Amino acid sequence: MTADAATLDVSIWRGTEEGHFQSFAVPRREHQTVLDVVTEVQRAHDPTLSYRFACRVGMCGSCAMVVNGRPRWTCRTRVSEVAEGGRLQLEPLRNLTIVKDLTVEMTDFFDKWRDARGYFEPGSKPESDFAVVPPQTPQRQAADAGIECIGCGVCYSACDVVAWDADYLGPAALNRAWTLVNDVRDRGQAERIKAVATDGGCQACHTHMSCTQFCPKQIAPTYSIAGLKRAVMKRALGGGA
Amino acid sequence: MSALLFAAQRLSAMVLAIAVAVHLATILYASHAGLTAGAILARTHGNIAFALFYGLFVIAVAVHAPIGLRNVLREWTPWRGRTLDLALILFAVALFLLGFRAVAAVFA
Repeated sequence: MTADAATLDVSIWRGTEEGHFQSFAVPRREHQTVLDVVTEVQRAHDPTLSYRFACRVGMCGSCAMVVNGRPRWTCRTRVSEVAEGGRLQLEPLRNLTIVKDLTVEMTDFFDKWRDARGYFEPGSKPESDFAVVPPQTPQRQAADAGIECIGCGVCYSACDVVAWDADYLGPAALNRAWTLVNDVRDRGQAERIKAVATDGGCQACHTHMSCTQFCPKQIAPTYSIAGLKRAVMKRALGGGA
Repeated sequence: MSALLFAAQRLSAMVLAIAVAVHLATILYASHAGLTAGAILARTHGNIAFALFYGLFVIAVAVHAPIGLRNVLREWTPWRGRTLDLALILFAVALFLLGFRAVAAVFA
């Protein structure tokens, strides 16, 4: 199938781990996003196509796919930015089990957030008053730098270490752990540092920076992971985290 | 990898960065000066500084190489757990013994 100026040649993965690419001709439209294209394919060409989306405005993190070889959030990716020669190749995110077509199983991804202790630990007793955390403190700024993660899985899909080592916690979970290491209210730091210092923890990162390059929220998980490495070393050498 | 293995690999890398440079410079000097094996051994026999330097070099290699190899094997093969750790401890011991055998041979 060839593309002309008015038509996109869209090639979409169909199946699970075993499958094939199926081609569709989709009309080009002004300001069209990649998610618009997938929706049009499902509505006008093949209602059996499976994909996942919710908010369509870059908040929910559910519509990430591999677009022309690169992981992206499809609702905020304009076709005009990525469809070289009028062609789009859409695949499910890498490093996750494919449920069907463009839909992947996210359980492993979110289980690793839990394994990295990527949740707030308030301690056994409630604090007597509100914590005051001035915005200009280094800890608050470090937490702010990573806090806008929407859990889309783009970094996880882009990460070479995840591809090599199924035990690696991955950029998103480690980034979340780093935001909590910098949360002065949190009371679970010793356990968290231990959780991110396992064989699949922060030290396994090769600093390839694919996560940082592809994160649609411009977060730099590589720097968060570097921060965790420093925190782990400090604690290992007796300096606290 | 535990924090201590990570630290050990980084610290041994710092030692190796210097040790390898000195080692290469020594090789270049010896070959350019046209020293014979006998002339080299005459310089190394009983030389405490030489033995200490190469002793430290051997220790750094015996620490650094098995940790790096463990990471490579964990990433590229399904080999995990105690058998992997045991095999690499044996590898470390072998590097240590072979290295010190060489140092002792040129020092004593």
